[in-house]
Amino acid sequence: MQFGLTESQEFLKNSARKFFAGECPSAEMRRLMETDTAYDATLWSKLAEQGYTGIIFPEANGGVGLGKVELMLLMEEAGRALLPGPFFSTVVLAGSVLDTVGTPGQKENYLDPICKGEARSTVAILEAGASWNPGDVRLNASSGKLTGEKLFVSDAAMADFIVVVACNGVFVVDSKARGLKIAPMSGMDLTRRLYAVEFSNTPAKELGPNLNLPRAFDVATAALAAELVGGMQRTLDMTVEYAKTRKQFGKPIGIFQAVQHQCADMYLETESSRSAVYYAGWALEENSPDAAVAVSIAKMYCSDAARTVGNRGIQIHGGMGFTWENDLHLYYRRAKASETAFGDATFHRERIASMVIDSGSTSAKGA
Amino acid sequence: MDLNLTAEELAFRDELRTWLASHVPKDWNEWREKPLEESFPYLRAWQRKLQEGRWAAASWPKEYGGRGATLMQQALFWEEMARVDAPPMANSLGLGLIGPTIIACGTEAQKKRYIPKILSAEEIWCQGFSEPNAGSDLAGLQTEARLDGDHYIVNGQKVWTSYGSLGDWCELVVRTDPAAAKHKGLTVLLVDMKSPGVEVRPLRQMTGESEFSELFFRDVRVPVENILGKVNDGWNVAMSTLMYERGSYGARLHLIFKRFITRLIELSWNIQRNGRPAAEDPVIRQKLAQCSAEIEIMRFNQMRAFSRITATGVPGPEGSIQKIFWSELNQRLQQIAQEILGSYGQLFASDPRAIDKGIWSYAYLRTRGNTIEAGTSEVQRNIIGHFVLGLPRSY
Repeated sequence: MQFGLTESQEFLKNSARKFFAGECPSAEMRRLMETDTAYDATLWSKLAEQGYTGIIFPEANGGVGLGKVELMLLMEEAGRALLPGPFFSTVVLAGSVLDTVGTPGQKENYLDPICKGEARSTVAILEAGASWNPGDVRLNASSGKLTGEKLFVSDAAMADFIVVVACNGVFVVDSKARGLKIAPMSGMDLTRRLYAVEFSNTPAKELGPNLNLPRAFDVATAALAAELVGGMQRTLDMTVEYAKTRKQFGKPIGIFQAVQHQCADMYLETESSRSAVYYAGWALEENSPDAAVAVSIAKMYCSDAARTVGNRGIQIHGGMGFTWENDLHLYYRRAKASETAFGDATFHRERIASMVIDSGSTSAKGA
Repeated sequence: MDLNLTAEELAFRDELRTWLASHVPKDWNEWREKPLEESFPYLRAWQRKLQEGRWAAASWPKEYGGRGATLMQQALFWEEMARVDAPPMANSLGLGLIGPTIIACGTEAQKKRYIPKILSAEEIWCQGFSEPNAGSDLAGLQTEARLDGDHYIVNGQKVWTSYGSLGDWCELVVRTDPAAAKHKGLTVLLVDMKSPGVEVRPLRQMTGESEFSELFFRDVRVPVENILGKVNDGWNVAMSTLMYERGSYGARLHLIFKRFITRLIELSWNIQRNGRPAAEDPVIRQKLAQCSAEIEIMRFNQMRAFSRITATGVPGPEGSIQKIFWSELNQRLQQIAQEILGSYGQLFASDPRAIDKGIWSYAYLRTRGNTIEAGTSEVQRNIIGHFVLGLPRSY
């Protein structure tokens, strides 16, 4: 058993870190965040050149065919750089859904262009009730048409096609389809934009049944948690650096235990989050029977930890941490948006409970 | 990254499983609740039996009676021991901490003299580290050893000594150079507890039992050949022991915690709350789920730490994360147990109405010690702050 990264995994992680540091430094991230969509075509084509847009997908579809652990590593580094734009929506989310539910022909039509960096996409899941429970989806496709509204759809404005979860299947809608309206919602995360997507008698192609969606969502959920780990690491690094250099009472503030112990807790929370995410990636890759629990453990822990790490980081930075010019709040905003996306800690604790507590109920109830 | 067991790890586990199946005592439940003084001969016999199978210290090198097992195999050892609910071994400090330190820092003569009897539980070891005025600030310890010909004369007091009343030998940290800087003037001595001038007084703790003792040394003569490592290099010798302490703990804890939470979930189906099983109460469900998730994360952290130690060769300051994580988690776990058990949670073994023979009331009180023993949470956070994050020392 070896829970460290292999040489090639280390290589992937390090080169991703260098890539994002070079192509998407803080200044570039901030420039994109000020645009309407936070999307940049040049950056996108560079992501595709690296093979990142096809990282976990079959080579037959133009992908690289790497595993879920590698996806976690890439997303961790993307999260550290707070990569703006539709990478998560397109590759991780829409890509995983297409890979899971699409027929070979549909994959050729939709997954191939994603892998090659030629198309952007997203998945529309939530409705007015904003429930992450798949059973709460009400949108219903009838005779190849959709009518209704999806909310909190990430990066919908840049999507060439939108994957839509309905109660009677998974559908795909072309961005130019009749009756499709996309309107911005003003979310907290400026680097990943949210939209309201309205369908009125909009033609939609059926991809397949909802049956295997949870599996694709588990991959996306774990990847979102991995992104949070990168954000936590960046917040920790910035905070430790600040605690070493900022002086009060003639000493670096990091010498005071009230500050130092907060940094220690940030480290503990970040490392524990990383352990949970790597394990989830491995469990998904191996199709291990505990994969779903492992994903919920990771998302639960990271959702809470990213917020508390952000809280501590801002507090230690004092007034500087509260300013617009400091990047901390941008990570903090992402942390909040990702905390809710695909279920917050409370949601996943209940999911864990239903798998861990209720499984023992039949034997225990009779006892 | 590959979390599947390797062929060697599987072979190790299967051999151990087979051995345990035919050797693990069946009557441990009759002894479990008895005071340590009473059950100790039983635990010595069990350790002897384990060592007959060459299992007591599997991670030690073959030449010293071990199997040269990897850390991962050692973790499997603890898992299997917990799985079959095997009794603990009598000489746990000798096997886990002091033996490895003697192997790492001792002379060949010392290894020959002490190691076999640590393995056979013939000689039980304790650790004389903390003092009334030197706890977290261990290097401030005052027990002095004055050289007198070929002996040291030891005077002073130690406290919080586990196995103090059962110990035959003690790994004792003393000050040999009062003029040197506090970390530089320390030496580790191996002290025969039967030496004239050694007095042991058991300390009664808040649980009512006596796991710890105070040790008093009055003009105790220790031959110079009992120095472990070099004179005035005792700080480094003691630190290597503490690293083992922080590193090796976690492996066996996962299954112990897992057993607790599994039992608690079982109980929560049978305890009523607002007219339905506690297991159906949404707040209780949230807390149980949080706790069982953290028990898994503790295991993931442990596996990552093991892999790092395997790569670098020595336990490092990451052990401090583990120490904070398990000790605080154990306290939360026992608090949830109290919430679920309600009034019954306070009953001790002596009460016929106690649930699970009063283990929950005992465990609740006992976990208060977890964030203090083996380095307080505050000291662990200092270690992370300074040695991992590179922040300036506050002390």
